[in-house]
Amino acid sequence: MKYAFYPGCVSRGGTPELYTATMAIAGRLGLELEEIVGTSCTGAGVLQEKGQKLGDTLNARTFAMAERMGLTTIMNICSTCQGVMSQANYRMLQNEAYLDEINKELQIEGLQYTGRIVIKNLAWVVVEEVGIEKLKSMVTRPLKDVKVAPFYGCYILRPSWALGLDDNPGRGQYLEQIIEACGGEPVNFPGRTKCCGFPLGVINEKNSLTMVANHTHDAHDHGADTMVTPCPLCHLNLDAQQPKAQALRGSGLKMPVLHLPQLIGLALGIGAKELGIYRHMVSAKAILDKASVRA
Amino acid sequence: MKTTLQVNRYDPEASGEKSTVQEYTLDVPEHYTVLDALIQVREQDDPSLAVRCSCRAAICGSCAMRINDQARLGCKTRVTVMAPKGEPIRVEPMGNQHVVKDLVVDLDLFWGKVRAVQPYLQPKGPEPEEEYIASNESMLNLLTPMGCIMCGACVSDCTALEVDKNFIGPAALAKSYRFVADPRDGQARQRLEVMNEYAGAWDCTRCYMCVEVCPKGVAPMDRIMELREHIMDAGMTNTPGYRHVASFARSVEHSGWLNETDLAVDSWGRFNLPKLLSEAPFGIKMLMRGKMPLPGPLHKKRPGHENIARLMKRLERKQPAKAGAH
Ligand code: SF4
Ligand code: SF4
Ligand code: FES
Repeated sequence: MKYAFYPGCVSRGGTPELYTATMAIAGRLGLELEEIVGTSCTGAGVLQEKGQKLGDTLNARTFAMAERMGLTTIMNICSTCQGVMSQANYRMLQNEAYLDEINKELQIEGLQYTGRIVIKNLAWVVVEEVGIEKLKSMVTRPLKDVKVAPFYGCYILRPSWALGLDDNPGRGQYLEQIIEACGGEPVNFPGRTKCCGFPLGVINEKNSLTMVANHTHDAHDHGADTMVTPCPLCHLNLDAQQPKAQALRGSGLKMPVLHLPQLIGLALGIGAKELGIYRHMVSAKAILDKASVRA
Repeated sequence: MKTTLQVNRYDPEASGEKSTVQEYTLDVPEHYTVLDALIQVREQDDPSLAVRCSCRAAICGSCAMRINDQARLGCKTRVTVMAPKGEPIRVEPMGNQHVVKDLVVDLDLFWGKVRAVQPYLQPKGPEPEEEYIASNESMLNLLTPMGCIMCGACVSDCTALEVDKNFIGPAALAKSYRFVADPRDGQARQRLEVMNEYAGAWDCTRCYMCVEVCPKGVAPMDRIMELREHIMDAGMTNTPGYRHVASFARSVEHSGWLNETDLAVDSWGRFNLPKLLSEAPFGIKMLMRGKMPLPGPLHKKRPGHENIARLMKRLERKQPAKAGAH
């Protein structure tokens, strides 16, 4: 299946390993990714503070570019991209006049959005299009005995009506399904649907780091060997900021955090180096050993 | 039809600080709400179960509780929706607030925060001879926040409040917005000044939890974003929150995409030397792992960035935000 690929900013900025890991698994899963060239940031909910129409127009522009490529589904690798794009699409599809207004802004570039784009995060593509059974059949190195705590990221779940959870309630359990298909054991813990704290990082660092400490400890207390997330912003906070967060807590805990395609990649037998796992701030060596992964 | 409720029990007088889970299995009609079922338990099985309610019609806001891990009104939540296949239903008191007994929480925290935003009209100028006139349009904008029934569900599940009890919280911020955007109010600027401080509008972590759980469509987080717009429009720019938004916009306008390095540096303040120095070792580690984008002018421009910049210039809101536009 062919997708208009929207990698987002962070997979080419703060978490480049997410991009390489995605590329490493895409071919094996049979996903043909054609990157949409010349797109903007989704606004991540921040630009939207400067005006919702601005954010929605930038996203409509991306959708129109995907339509121009003759494709119908945009695949992203970020909970925040997913949420912001889904919400923009939801608003435009609910209000034709609004979509018309936005299309006027796109005209100058010769673009038009007809409203036919479907936006899917990698996790959704894996479950809804590749299929859990097919994924299972491709696993060559099951993550046996590895206990994995799924961390969804706010924007891939809420508001549920804009994210299609009314029609696909299973979307709230996809990470668990993928973890199981990869041979691991999903861990249920209180933090799984909460905020990672990233948006507060530079605004109220203490609160942001407290969230990181809470979630990593929660996951640990529930027996997790590692966490996994489909959101690079969650990864930046839970991994890169974790040493600071643990220092604040006075704790020496080191909870590894994997990007979703890294978890899948490990189960597909791809090397840890190719998946960029050594770029993390918190070493994932313990779980690599547990899953007997070579470099 | 059979249903099973797994209810948190807590009685400080009987059991000290410990709460337990008690299971009740009962026969209920299909149209029953979780609150109906709880009342049946109290009336028929266990009179010691404490639950607060009044209208039973989603109007009074007294029956908020956590049902299956999310704050909801007991009287608006159908048993069949929570347990389509007859699964057990988890019922707990609201979060972030002190539990008095079983499902009843102390509302002091909630009301304290709402009172702190002075939730009443403070008109400007001398009193008019007759009534205050406000245009229909301006009041329409206020309908969403006015729909709040003060149930506390948003406060229960707010993830920022969970880590900092000083945070003013979603219900109070939505209420504050309701008066800031009221054309008859004369204290908008003072209200915004307070909301611009620590524990105010910038301390929301934008997690959408309050939007998800609010039973009345108040969408507190959207109201908070509107408060932020008002704060920025009022020229209150000396906060990390403002600099964060401004830097984000600058970065997208410059190259079409986000520059995380600039975003952090700008938000702390470009001349905030102590902070910059304290972050230097972290920056070096990130750089060595190839995880730090190049700053400012060195940030690679995306193809089409001129078009993005043009849209940004055209559409960045120049006039004060229109309340309730979301
Ligand atoms: S969006 Fe903000 S106010 Fe609402 S629950 Fe999350 S942190 Fe709290
Ligand atoms: S904003 Fe919604 S959830 Fe919060 S108190 Fe009001 S009605 Fe309840
Ligand atoms: S009893 Fe009044 S809102 Fe539920």
